[in-house]
Amino acid sequence: MKAKVITLNINGRRHQVTLFPNVTLLEALRSLNYTDVKNGCEKGDCGACAVELNGKVINSCLVLAWQADGARILTNAGLGTMESPHSLQEAFADAGAVQCGYCTSGMIIAAKALLDENPNPSETEIREAISGNLCRCTGYAQIISAIKMAAKKMMQQKAQE
Amino acid sequence: MLPEFELLMPRTLPEALEMMDESSTVMPLAGGTNLLVDLRGRLSRPQTLMNIGGLVELRGVHVEDGYADVGSAVTIADLKRNVLIAKHGQALQQAATVFANPLIRNRATIGGNLAYGSPAADAAPPLLVLGAKVELLSKDTKRTVPLKEFITGVRKTVRHPKELITAIRWPIPPEGSVSVFRKLGLRKADAISVLSIAVMLHRKDTGDCDQVRIALGAVAPTPIRVAAAEDFLDGGPLTPEVIAQAAQLASEATQAIGDIRGSAAYRKRVITALVRRLLTNLAKGTKEKKH
Repeated sequence: MKAKVITLNINGRRHQVTLFPNVTLLEALRSLNYTDVKNGCEKGDCGACAVELNGKVINSCLVLAWQADGARILTNAGLGTMESPHSLQEAFADAGAVQCGYCTSGMIIAAKALLDENPNPSETEIREAISGNLCRCTGYAQIISAIKMAAKKMMQQKAQE
Repeated sequence: MLPEFELLMPRTLPEALEMMDESSTVMPLAGGTNLLVDLRGRLSRPQTLMNIGGLVELRGVHVEDGYADVGSAVTIADLKRNVLIAKHGQALQQAATVFANPLIRNRATIGGNLAYGSPAADAAPPLLVLGAKVELLSKDTKRTVPLKEFITGVRKTVRHPKELITAIRWPIPPEGSVSVFRKLGLRKADAISVLSIAVMLHRKDTGDCDQVRIALGAVAPTPIRVAAAEDFLDGGPLTPEVIAQAAQLASEATQAIGDIRGSAAYRKRVITALVRRLLTNLAKGTKEKKH
């Protein structure tokens, strides 16, 4: 097994890393300290490791880092800052959608993918969009209201622009 | 941690075929949604993987010479939103809509779904009723195998180790054809099918139907077409009695087994009910009721 140098563009920062072929994107992200991306089931069932890869939400445990060579990667931490959080991040806090927090990053990335395509989703569409993300605490009710709140706020912001 | 392996990264299709020709142990990797899970569970130990997910030659959806032609590395998400698929492969588009979950759909590919050879592959029943063929390419050979003959057993296909699935194609159904897919899972998302079914038929101007095709998933070692029921329905009017009898024939044609997802008896009864319901609705042109 030979390692090689690959480039990962993560949250707008360019990283050059030397990795073996059997390293997943999830492992690569966490070793670069993007620890907002969580390791859950490692088989694509839970969505805790969800990130955007070239604009599409995927499970980073099911992508090899080499497959992401040169790609744009966006994690929850890249969406906003403590001072200026993304509307989804703010809504998750306000709605009480975070309990243990393990699913939160993946949930927010999945929700962002939904709102990018469909700014005014129905509850059914929200449930469908987060159907690859498991939460064992909230019962999903607060998560769904958070996504509704964020959608509303983002549409209002857009209308004011 | 994944076990060790070499990873080949071809940039073109000819390069990929060359790499497969040089060794007989190269395992193609596209979306990785099955393969990486198996590697992690040590269910599969290929020495060498080859990334084909990025090959543009395998990413197209075209309509040409009366055929719909889908590249093997087209993702399930792409199928779901493609207008050509919606028009010429309704059942396939419906299967794409309920396939796993949105994250998996963005990676999983149509070629991978078939290559894996699962009896429960959701793309298989729709492609079976559409009469799809699988194109297999190696460095020196090219062949096209009907999907019916492609999957030969649980996780078994006729693909030779040096061959790559490059495309799936089917004849564009004649005007007036309709197809539908239904999947029974233990929950909505992320479910392996307890059973799945696709039905296609052609509605004639007279109101009668012909060219009835029925395919079932997860009720035999491979996804199957149900010739006994299709032949029985051939050309005749689809009265409730005829439909009920065909549904019975479909159920009898399966080798449903009992497993953690359902008993054999349950599967057989559901097949009868679903075949009857889908045929009735398609023949009348009514939508199935949500329930």
